[in-house]
Amino acid sequence: MNPLLMNPMSLLAQSNLYALPNEQHGITWGILIVLYPYLTGLVAGAFILASLVRVFNTEAVRPVYRLALLTALAFLICAPMPLLCHLGHPERALQIMMTPHTTSAMAIFGFVYAWYLMAVLLLEVYFDFRKDMVLACEKSGPIMRLVYTVLTLGVKDISPKALAFDDKAERFLSVIGIPSAVLLHGYVGFIFGSLAGNPWWSSVLMPVIFLLSAIVSGIAMVFLLHMITSWFKKIPLDMICMNAIGRILMFALIFDLTLETLDIVHRMYEAGEWVDILRLLSSGYLYYTIFGVQLFLGGIVPVITLAVMQAAKMSNVVKIRYYFVMAILVQVGVFAMRWNVVIGGQLSSKSFRGMNHFNLELFGREGFLMFATILSLPFIILFVLTKMLPPWKSGHGPEELPATAA
Amino acid sequence: MNPEENTPLTDSGEDNTMTRSEFLAATGKSVALIGIGAAGYASWNSLTSRLAKREMTPIKQYPNTTWYSMAIDIQACIGCGKCVEACCAENDVPQDDFRTWIERYRIKKDGTVLIDSPNGGKDGPGPDDVPEDQIEKSFFMPKLCNQCDDSPCTRACPVGATFLTPEGAVIVDYDYCIGCGYCIQACPYGSRFWNAKKQTADKCTLCYHRITKGKLPACVEVCPVKARIFGNLADEKSEISKFCRENAVVTLRPHLKTGAKVMYKGLTKDVV
Repeated sequence: MNPLLMNPMSLLAQSNLYALPNEQHGITWGILIVLYPYLTGLVAGAFILASLVRVFNTEAVRPVYRLALLTALAFLICAPMPLLCHLGHPERALQIMMTPHTTSAMAIFGFVYAWYLMAVLLLEVYFDFRKDMVLACEKSGPIMRLVYTVLTLGVKDISPKALAFDDKAERFLSVIGIPSAVLLHGYVGFIFGSLAGNPWWSSVLMPVIFLLSAIVSGIAMVFLLHMITSWFKKIPLDMICMNAIGRILMFALIFDLTLETLDIVHRMYEAGEWVDILRLLSSGYLYYTIFGVQLFLGGIVPVITLAVMQAAKMSNVVKIRYYFVMAILVQVGVFAMRWNVVIGGQLSSKSFRGMNHFNLELFGREGFLMFATILSLPFIILFVLTKMLPPWKSGHGPEELPATAA
Repeated sequence: MNPEENTPLTDSGEDNTMTRSEFLAATGKSVALIGIGAAGYASWNSLTSRLAKREMTPIKQYPNTTWYSMAIDIQACIGCGKCVEACCAENDVPQDDFRTWIERYRIKKDGTVLIDSPNGGKDGPGPDDVPEDQIEKSFFMPKLCNQCDDSPCTRACPVGATFLTPEGAVIVDYDYCIGCGYCIQACPYGSRFWNAKKQTADKCTLCYHRITKGKLPACVEVCPVKARIFGNLADEKSEISKFCRENAVVTLRPHLKTGAKVMYKGLTKDVV
C-alpha cells in the first residue's frame, strides 16, 4: 500500500520541504471560489438539458424543461455572490465592467455573465412563461396582479399568433443559448487553465473538463430537483423521462470521466519540472478527494450503476431510488472536482518544494457559514420562482400550439 | 435524385419556402457561427501578435531611456537580513508578509537540498541544525518581485490596477485594486501576497516612491556587502549595466518568458 495513504500528513515532517514565506498565511482562494465554478456549472448544465428539448427535440425530457430553465435562472442569480463576498473591496466590483483590462481573462466575467443573464436566460424564461403570467394576472389579487403585469412587461396578448411568436423567439434564444452556456462555463475553466505559473491548473483541457462536469452536474441537479418536487407535489414520475435523463447523464459522465482521467494521466506522463509536487499532491493530500470522491464515488460508481440500469430489469420504485442516489453522488463528485482544482491547485507551494495549507473557518467572510448561506440561496430563489411561475405544466409547448405555429 | 419527386412540392407553392421559424433558427445559427468565427479570429490575431512580439523583440531594446532593475550577487550575500528589515520598515509591510526575503540553501553531500527562510530571513539565518561535515555547499538567495516586462500578474489583473510604469517597475494602485487575488495566483515566483491591512494584493515596487526621487531602494541602500545592485539598464554606463556585462547573469525560471529583469549572478540549479 502507498505509504502516503497511511499518513499523508507525515510528508510535512520531511525535512526538505519548503514553502515560501508569503505562503505561511495559507491559500488565497478559499471555499467561496470552489462554490463559484460549482454554481455556474449547474447553470450551464441545466440550460443545456433544457436546450435538448428546444433545439434537439428530445421530447422525452420535456417534463423537466421548465424546471431546468428556472433552475438555471436561480443558480445564475447567485453565481456572482461568492465572487463578491471574496473580493477584498467588493465596493469596487463594478470597475471590472467600467474599466475592464483587456488582457485579463477575469475581466470578461461581467460581460459573459450579463450576456447570459440578460440576453439569454431572462428572455427565454420570459417568453416561456408569458402566457402563464398573463393568465395568473387575471386570477391574482391586486399586489400579485401588479407584479405579474410588470413581469409580462405589459404584453398581455395571448392570441395564437402572439404565442407562436413566443415559441419561435424561445427556440431562437435556445440556439444562441447553447454557445453562450458553453462560453459561460468554458470561460470559468479558462480562468484556471490559462495560468502558466500553476502546473495544477495550466492545461488546455481545463475549460473542456469544466464544461463537461458542468453538463453532468446540471443534468443531475435538475434530475434531483425533479424527483424531489414531484414527491412534494405528488405528481407521478414519468419513467420515460426519468430513463431518458438517466441515459443522457450516463453518456455525459462517460465523456467527463474519460477527460478527467486523461488530464491526470497526461500530467503524470508529461512529468515536467513540477512532477514531484504533483505526485505528492495527488498521492497524499488530495488522494481521497481525487481518486476516492471525484473519480470513484462521483464518476465510476454512477456510470456503472446507470449502465447496469439500462440493461437490468427492476421495478420503477427501485429505479427511482437508484437514480436519486446516483444524482446525489454526481453532485458530490462534481463539487469534489471543483475542490480539487481550486484548493488543490493552491496547495502546492510556488517553490515546487513544499506545501501550502488551507484552513476552513466557520465564521467570517470566507467561512463555512457564508458558503452554506450562498449555497442555499439558489434553492430559496428557485422555491419562490416555482411559486410564482409553476413549471409543472408543460406550458405552450409546440404540442399545445395551434397548427399555424408548427 | 429523381427530379419528379420535387415537382409536386414546387407546384403546390407551399413547402418550397422557408417558414419564419426556420428562417429565425437559421439566422440564429448563422449569427452564432459568425460571432464565434469573428471572436476566434480576433483572439488568434492577438495571440499570434503577442507571440511574435515575445520572440522577435531584441533582449536589449528598452522601451524607455530609464528602465530600472536590480542585479543580485548570490555569492556576496551574507544573509544578514538587513534588506528585509529595511524593506518592511520603509514600506509598512504587515507582520509576516514580505516584499523581499532571503532563502538559505544548504546542499548536503547526499544531494538533499535544504531550504529555509525563517521570518523571511529578517532576523538572519536560522539555526545551524545540520553538522558542517554533512554540508557540501550553502548560500543565501535574496528574492523579490522580478519586475517582469511581460508579467503574468499585470496581464491577469481584471481592472488594470497593477501595471508596468514607464520606468520599468511593476506597481500596484491600492486605491483601484478590487482585491480578487488573481495576480497572486498568476505570479509564478510567489512574489505577491495578500495585504490583510489594505485588503488588496501587494508586492515589491522597487521602492518606486524613492527611485523616482533619485534615491536607491531601501534594501539596496542598507546592504552591507553590496550584494544588491540597482540601476538603469538602458544606461550603458550604469553600475547595473556594467555588472550584467561583466558577469554571467540569469533570471529565475527564464523558460516562462515573463521578461523577468531581476538578474542573479551565481544562480545554481538547486534554486527554485
